[in-house]
Formats: sequence, structure tokens, C-alpha cells
Amino acid sequence: MAKSRSALVVPSIAILLGFALGAAVLLATGRSPIDMFYAMLQSVSGKNLRADTFNPRYIGEFIVQSMPIMLTGLSVGFAFRTGLFNIGAEGQLMVGSIAAVAVGLWVQAPPVIHVLLVLLAAMLAGGLWGAIPGFLKARFNVHEVVVTIMLNYVALYLNNWAIVSIFKSVDRIKTEVIPATALLKSSALAALTNGSRLNWGFVPVLLSILVYWFLIEKTTFGYSLRAVGFNKDGALYAGMKVNRSIVSSMIIAGVFAGLAGAVITVGTFSFGRALPAAEGYGFDGIAVALVGGNAAIGVFLSGLLFGMLKAAQPLMQSQGIPKDIASIIQASIVLFIAMKYGIEYLMKKIRMRKPPVAVEEVES
Amino acid sequence: MKKNLIRAFCAMTLATFAFAGPTKVGFVTDVGGIDDKSFNQGTWEGVKAFGKENKLKEGKEIKYLQSTAEADYVPNLSTLADENLDLIIASGFLFENAMIEVGGKYPKQKFLIIDSVVKDKAGKTLPNVANAVFAEHEGSFLVGVAAGLKAKADKKNAVGFVGGMKFALIEKFEAGFQQGVKAVFPDCKVLVDYAGSFGDPGKGQALAAKQYGAGAYVVFHAAGGTGNGVIKEAKERTQKGDVRWAIGVDKDQFSDGVYTPGKSAVLTSMMKRVDVAAHDVAVMTRDGKFPGGQVLTFSLKNKGVGIPAHNPNLSADILKKVAEFETKIASGKLAVSEIPAK
Repeated sequence: MAKSRSALVVPSIAILLGFALGAAVLLATGRSPIDMFYAMLQSVSGKNLRADTFNPRYIGEFIVQSMPIMLTGLSVGFAFRTGLFNIGAEGQLMVGSIAAVAVGLWVQAPPVIHVLLVLLAAMLAGGLWGAIPGFLKARFNVHEVVVTIMLNYVALYLNNWAIVSIFKSVDRIKTEVIPATALLKSSALAALTNGSRLNWGFVPVLLSILVYWFLIEKTTFGYSLRAVGFNKDGALYAGMKVNRSIVSSMIIAGVFAGLAGAVITVGTFSFGRALPAAEGYGFDGIAVALVGGNAAIGVFLSGLLFGMLKAAQPLMQSQGIPKDIASIIQASIVLFIAMKYGIEYLMKKIRMRKPPVAVEEVES
Repeated sequence: MKKNLIRAFCAMTLATFAFAGPTKVGFVTDVGGIDDKSFNQGTWEGVKAFGKENKLKEGKEIKYLQSTAEADYVPNLSTLADENLDLIIASGFLFENAMIEVGGKYPKQKFLIIDSVVKDKAGKTLPNVANAVFAEHEGSFLVGVAAGLKAKADKKNAVGFVGGMKFALIEKFEAGFQQGVKAVFPDCKVLVDYAGSFGDPGKGQALAAKQYGAGAYVVFHAAGGTGNGVIKEAKERTQKGDVRWAIGVDKDQFSDGVYTPGKSAVLTSMMKRVDVAAHDVAVMTRDGKFPGGQVLTFSLKNKGVGIPAHNPNLSADILKKVAEFETKIASGKLAVSEIPAK
């Protein structure tokens, strides 16, 4: 009980400190932190308290921004539970996107089935891309951080090559528009949110969070993964197939990230894109997983938090708050999370100062 | 009667107020950011110049939103449109799709897209979007002339071109540069490489090293952030005594090539006056002459492209020759092709 409480309390303190630091930087540079909080509130609720207007488009965009980073958060978190550091969510996402474009453009199928095929293909491609570092780690003990970072570049250039050479992009930056049967877009959801890009992508995202929770917490498979992450040698001694766990963990991590690629490509956009540089969804995923404590519900909540920081960008910038402030907040939250033991230590100190009577009351 | 007069009077004052109100301009950057030393920065300078002339407050009446990823383009444009600004500017052809989407969603909002022509499914321009494009090949021709003459003067026989990503727009730079070099130095080799990215200075530096290693004396980059690596390589080589030159793009990049105070490895720059485009369209909007649905071409003729006013690294002879070509092209006597020779 005490453990799960600190799992909630430490991130909450880290988040509060992160926002406090962001506000302090704003104050120090002569800007108003109140503006920032108004902008954040408007980005999640659509309500502009100053002008007393309500625009649900902001809610839609907030969800759209949260979806892919929840998935990359699950990707990083899943590998992390097996003691692996998956920096490759970005690349897995890109190959997922390539597969989504391929199935979207080349396969013809009825509405719902087509989009399911697109999602499946993206998950498969992401999983395969994740299998490479998993295999290299299990078989040759090559460090997954090095391999995944390099594969990110391979995926980026593979994507840009595919857009031009395989999908025959006319303008060399985007493919033709993917048919509506393969898209997650919904005019009803868009209309509901005043023309935002809100789409059905939230369904696979929520399902992924459920699957993640179930796999990790409720299955022996998840238990053995966690055991490997906790102590590789111990797990080996206990007769667990450590190498197989490493490969399957990376595959599943890749599946989540690959799905994120599809959600972006056939949800947020409707065409494949050549990328001038990596877009940072994978790195956001690292932050989401860290703050969420690699737990399903944690990733969901921290995905919302970082999605909010992204969605509030236009409103904050329009109030003259530089976009770097959100980066400062995001980075400092991660930093404070990393200071977990320091925070726990301080909490213990504070608790110890309390009069002993209070402790007795709690115990009775 | 009296009431009507008062009403009319009120309506008139209101109308004047509406007219006399400041022309608010918003700008959305692409992922390069506002201080990219190139496109975004240039556009914002144009907006700022307009703001200064009209005494507009930065952050209130003129403002910019930066994008972190392509997925930010639509919400950024939409947020500004929700604020009812008079003109919203996006620079870069990467905005094409976002502009079609948002332009359609906000039919009363005036937009300007720089460096691209936005067309709907039927192939028509949008009535509320003005399009500004540049004759990059003309400006690139001039820096090609400068590069060719510089190589000739120093008895070298090769120059190079490093592009960001290989598509029609960047090929216009390559084409103009090639023709410029060949016009003054037909035997000069022109090496060509594409980095495949606009945001990778390391790749830019590697390609520049390859071209300099193969004998290129001057390298012209049209590669945004990747090109910073080209300039870096020229700087490092020149510092070591192996004199090489880089040619900047979009803005006057002289200051980026400075290796000791007053000395720069940037020979000259092919300026794309995005600032002129942003500023001019803002002025038109203020004067009620917003060119919605039109395609405005900024070329040598209207000083939309060209080399900087000051070129400390170019000799008077070269400058004279460049000026000659400039008048020839501007007057239409010399046509420059947009497609690279193969």
C-alpha cells in the first residue's frame, strides 16, 4: 500500500515542481504564469475563461495530440518493464506509418475492414522493426540503445525513400491521399468538436492501454517479463527463458509504436509524408513512460499531461509565452521524476517530524 | 429623421474605426523554428518591418506561433484564425495540405502561403489564400556566375551544389546555379549532391567535405539547416589554410561563415526575399487589396531574389559581371531554365 501511494505521490510532486519551475521562469522573464494556466485550461476544456467563449475544437486537438505519445509511451514502458531501454519507438513508428500507407493505398477492402488491415499492418511492421534490436540483444548481447538509435535513422531514410520511390510521390514530400475506407477520420467526431482532427484513433489507443495492463499485470508471460526486468540473472536461475522474453518484449514494444504511426498517418493526416527530420514522438514516449511509472494507467495519465502541454502550444505562444517553456516544464518533470529517491527521502523526513500521536491514530 | 441621422453618424464612425484599426498579422513557422537563420526568420523579419511601419505591438498585433511537428500546422493556423487576425502567413511548401484544410474551414480569414501555390481538388486556387512564389533559378544563376568567376580567377575547375531534399523546388536552385556557372566558365565541373534532409548539419558537412575533397572550390547549398554544415566545413578548411568557399541561401549568410573577425567563408548568398513577400502582402491587406487566389511571383525583376547589397568577398569585376547578368535576366533578354541539365 505504501509503495503504490508513493508511486502516485512522487510523480504528482514532480509535476507540481515542473509547473512551478515553468511559472518561475515566466515570472523571471517578465511574463505572466496566469496566462499559461489559462491557456492550458482552455486547451483541455475548450473554455476561454477571459473571453467567456467555448470552442470544443481545442478538446479534439488535445486528444489528437495525446494519442500517439500514449502509444509510444506504452512502447517505451513495455520494454522498460523487461529492463530494456527502447529509444527506437520513433523508428518503429515510422515503419508502422510506411506499412499503413502501403495497405491504405494498395489494398482495397470494405470500410471497417480496410482500416483494421491498415492498423494490423502498422503493428506488424513496428513489431518486426522492434524485433531486430531484441534479437541482436538476445543473440549477440548488442546493446539495444545503440541499435534502436541507429534504426531510427534507417527508418527515417527508409520512409523518405519509400515515399518517393515506392509510393511515387509527385511532389516528393507526400503520397496521394489514402482512400477514406482506410482512414480513421470521422466527420461526426470532427463536427462534434467544431472541425478538429479528432478521429477514431482513440479506440485502438484505449484498447492498447487495456492490453498493456492485462499483459503486464495479469499474465504469467507478463510476470516473467517483469522478472527479467527486475533481475535478469535471477530470472535465468529461476528457469525463465530470458532471451525469448527480451525478443518478445521488444516486438510488443514495436507493435505499440507501429500503431502510433498508423494513428498519425491515417488519423491525424490522410497521406504518407517524407520527413525533414524525426518528429520526436519517440522521445515524448520516453518522458510519458517515465512519468507514468511504466504502468498502464500511469502512461494514460501522463500521456494526457504531455498531450496537454503540446495542445496548449498555440494558445500559449499566442499569449507571448515561448514554446520553450513547455519544453522546460516537460524536461524538469522528467528530471524531478529521476530524483525519485531524493523526494521520497524528503517526504520521510517531513513525516518523521510529525508528533507520534498521529502515527498511533493511523495505526488504530 | 434626427434618429436616423444619429444612426448614420454612428455607423460611419464605427466604419472608420473598423478601417483605422491595426492590421493584425500572424505567422506560423514550420518545424525549423523562428530563428532558423533562413526561411522562418526571414518571413518574420518582413512581418516585423510591417509592424514597425504601422506601429504594431509585437506579441499582440503581430505574433508568431512555432511548430514542433507537422501535426502542429493545422492547430496553429486554426488558433490564429480563431483570433480573427487580418492576415495569417505560413511559409514553406510543407504547409500546402494544412493550408488547404484550414483555408477551407475559415473561408473569411485571409491567408498568405509563401513558396507554394495552394490548390483545391478541382485544381483551383483558394479565394482567401494568396500565394507567393520565387524565381529561385534566376537568383541561383547569379550566384552560379559568381562561383564560376571566382573559380576561374583562382585557377580552379570545379564547384559544387548541395541540396536538401530532391524535389522540383530545390532543383530550381540546382538548375540556375549550373547555368550560371556554365555561362561564364563552360569547362567548370559542377558536382551535385542531395542530403535527403533539411535538418542534418552533420550530413551537410560530410557532403561538403566530399565535394571539397573532389576539388570543388565553391559550394552552394540550398539545404536549410543541413547547409549550416556546408558552411562549417568551408570555415574549418579555410582556417587550416585550404581556402574554400560556401554560398549561402535564403538570407545573407555572411555572418554564419565568419571564422576570424571580419573574414567569412561565405562568398555570397542567394537571397530569397521572403521578407519582401510577407511585407508586401501585409501592406496590400492593409490597403484593402489582398491578392486572394492570386499567384505572386517574386523574381529578379521585382527584387524578390538576388544577392546581398554588400558582398565583401566578391571582387569589383565579378560584381560587375553579376550585375550585367542581373539586368539581362530581369529585362527578359536571358531566360533561365528551371530544370537541371543532365
